[in-house]
Amino acid sequence: MALNHPAPRLSPEELERTFADINPPLTRAQALEEGSRCLFCYDAPCIKACPTRIDVPLFIRQIMTGNTVGSARTILDANILGHSCARVCPTSVLCEGACVLNAEGKRPVSIGSLQRYSVDRILDSGKRLFSPGPDTGRRVALIGAGPASLSCAFELRRCGHQAVLFDSRPTPGGLDAYGIAAYKMRAADVQREIDMIREMGVDIRCGFTVGVDVSLAQLESEFDAIFIGVGLGRTDRLGVPGEDLQGSVDALTFIEQTKMNGLASVAIGRRVAVIGGGNTAIDCVTAARRLGAEEVYMIYRRGPEDMTAFAYEIELAKKDNITFRWHTLPVRILGNSSVEAVQLICTRPGPPDASGRHAPEPIPGSEFTLPVDMVIRALGQQKKVDFLSTIPALALRKGCVVVDPETGQTSNPKYFAGGDCVNGAAEVVDAVAEGKRAARGIHAMFSINSTVAGREASHA
Amino acid sequence: MPDLSVNFCGVRSPNPFWLASGPPTNTAHQVMHAFEEGWGGAVWKTIGEPIINTASRYGAVDLKNVRMMGLNNIELISDRPIEVNFREISEVKKRFPHNAVIASLMVESRRESWQEITHRANDSGADMVELNFGCPHGMSERGMGAAVGQVPDYAAMITAWVKEAATIPVIVKLTPNVTDIAHMAAAVAAAGADAVSLVNTFNSIVGVDLDTFSPCPQVQGHGSHGGYCGPAIKPIALHMVSSVARHPGAQIPISGIGGVGAWRDAVEFMLLGATSVQVCTAAMHFGFRIVREMAAGLDEYLREKGMASAMDLIGRSLPRIMDWGDLNLNYKTIARIDAEKCIGCNLCYIACEDGAHQCITSDARPAADLRHGPIPKHVPKILDDECVGCNLCSLVCPVPGCISMIEVDTGRPAMTWRQLQEARGKSPMCDMRDLLAKGGVAGD
Repeated sequence: MALNHPAPRLSPEELERTFADINPPLTRAQALEEGSRCLFCYDAPCIKACPTRIDVPLFIRQIMTGNTVGSARTILDANILGHSCARVCPTSVLCEGACVLNAEGKRPVSIGSLQRYSVDRILDSGKRLFSPGPDTGRRVALIGAGPASLSCAFELRRCGHQAVLFDSRPTPGGLDAYGIAAYKMRAADVQREIDMIREMGVDIRCGFTVGVDVSLAQLESEFDAIFIGVGLGRTDRLGVPGEDLQGSVDALTFIEQTKMNGLASVAIGRRVAVIGGGNTAIDCVTAARRLGAEEVYMIYRRGPEDMTAFAYEIELAKKDNITFRWHTLPVRILGNSSVEAVQLICTRPGPPDASGRHAPEPIPGSEFTLPVDMVIRALGQQKKVDFLSTIPALALRKGCVVVDPETGQTSNPKYFAGGDCVNGAAEVVDAVAEGKRAARGIHAMFSINSTVAGREASHA
Repeated sequence: MPDLSVNFCGVRSPNPFWLASGPPTNTAHQVMHAFEEGWGGAVWKTIGEPIINTASRYGAVDLKNVRMMGLNNIELISDRPIEVNFREISEVKKRFPHNAVIASLMVESRRESWQEITHRANDSGADMVELNFGCPHGMSERGMGAAVGQVPDYAAMITAWVKEAATIPVIVKLTPNVTDIAHMAAAVAAAGADAVSLVNTFNSIVGVDLDTFSPCPQVQGHGSHGGYCGPAIKPIALHMVSSVARHPGAQIPISGIGGVGAWRDAVEFMLLGATSVQVCTAAMHFGFRIVREMAAGLDEYLREKGMASAMDLIGRSLPRIMDWGDLNLNYKTIARIDAEKCIGCNLCYIACEDGAHQCITSDARPAADLRHGPIPKHVPKILDDECVGCNLCSLVCPVPGCISMIEVDTGRPAMTWRQLQEARGKSPMCDMRDLLAKGGVAGD
């Protein structure tokens, strides 16, 4: 990518420093001190705030009593991606946000850090805590190898069902592998976690695009059930002129480069504009700074109160000296072959839109030009409607797969679904919970069918 | 300004805080430093024929992240020559004439031995002697320490020998490893003891190493039971002090020992009958400096209570300790949860439900996270009609002032078990001899 003014490359040592873990692991002493703050609530709110229902008070008690293996078993039994979730969960709005200590004006227990303490140790030890159930002969295909499918596959293996994942990308993990900021989690960490799932006998076939390399009809004939965990598609486009200039990229591609290609190989401009106000936009501005960009702008068409990014993410961006440009909208990206500037227009809050928020209204004559060398668009991701509509009788609502809230079963009874393609874009932990729900739904369906089949056989 | 000094058997001590006989009072260097920091007195590390100690010697019980809630040791008496100890006592008394110095003694159970060492104590300038009849480990195997303190006749006999020779007051230090410590106190009081100090340490094994299977502390992979002390033993020591103070045959001054680490602990011991308190574990944990806060805290407390002297505290709570049969059965309290303060941990609920009397209800907590709005407040409810007023919920509640026990007027006059039994025409007390004659309770 040829940039108008590339920022000077940082040395590998500097990059390691700027991308260092933002939540460094706890020492044993720190874990004991932090764990001692847990009150061991009964019917604890942290459990109820966790989509996967990890028994938090129990695993903390296990750390405190020196049963680290048991604590990891408690975590992973509820959430096999407990390692990722410990690092990437927005704990301040989940378990830690629900911690009763908040109500007393105290800092909540650092549940995420304690969870990481526990699971890190198990991954480091190479211990395997789970084993597959006795083979049932049932086979399930899972489309996509992101968190939802990985979680579903793990649960299916525990029940003894075969699980085969198909993913068009070269490595499994989905957004967990490609889309998490490098200072939260490195790609290699995700693969250690996936290895644990693979060792349960989960068959992960990367480089297989369903509908291209293998047809839906083939899957339907070879498998007893199919799980859809395809997530979302490409980042939405800005729809302005100049979007295809060199130096104009989408957020996911940009983050993926930092995860997959090595930090030193990622080009960054001296001045970078990131368009968007969500968590992914924050990942981009902070990554841009860490890569060496000198000026980084966050361009958002609404005000700070409307940003969808979590408060702690916005704080992180502020600490990184990002310049926020509220109430501005890009109208055009300028440049010959590479990005040289972005033309912006100021907005004001208009009448409320469908989401209840004020739709931003451009203020005529307020255009101005911001010289930048890169524009990163961090808007929402598109729904994979094209693919989903090829599945027979699959009901969609606003591009999302409609499922039974108890079982994850879709309107086509052979298909189950979970993750971003169902919830429209949520956290890794939601995808894990929905994958688990679907696995239980599939297992229940198999159990009923085998009862029916058995009954029919005995009547014959 | 309140007077912190106490008069113990005629010996004035500038405050009631003494260091107990133990590692902190091993040398003049330590005791003088302690007096400089403000300790009122010190009981010298027990003097006797020098012994040889083991490594290691101490083990501890932690509570979550709090270290040394309980400490145990297998250390013996002084390993320094008798003459060195007495010479140092003389030096300390010269430099600190107004502080109480008490020589703790332990020798073999022969009249000449006890009287000889008592003479040397008289001559050293020590203010008092303390007879160590309590050490539960090591020395007891040699017929000393607790081996003496567990047999009233032995303890009385040695006390009498020492009294014949002593020109200064004699304190007898009691072991708690007996069925009834007040009985022991009465025995030595009858033999002439001027005072008692209690408690010495409890027989204990403080822990076992789960990897090596060795007890803690270990000596080359082996261990021995040791003496247990520290904050963990305070409630037992408080009871024992009060039981001695209430015994009609033991009306002599008491030096209270067991888990004292702060002024509040000292006040409790004094309210239950102690004239002075002795501290060891807390000084071993934090050093001698803790006495500054102890003295300041006591001073402030006495001012607040309008008391002129620390001596006013002694025994003040004793009239409030009664037999269970004299407690009012018609006094009623029930728990109240302050919903404003409640943080919704549900610990009161589960404690009452599983561990007590099923008097609290709690709705199942709904799934909720902050992404979808505020988390609904969760407050368990007390069933007023069911609540027996046991206190458990208020004890487990982690929020200060959230659960309080409210007195409820039952409208019934005060009535004790004793009165109830008398009204029923039954004896209020069960006569054990009767039971034995009938062949025991189970057969009835």
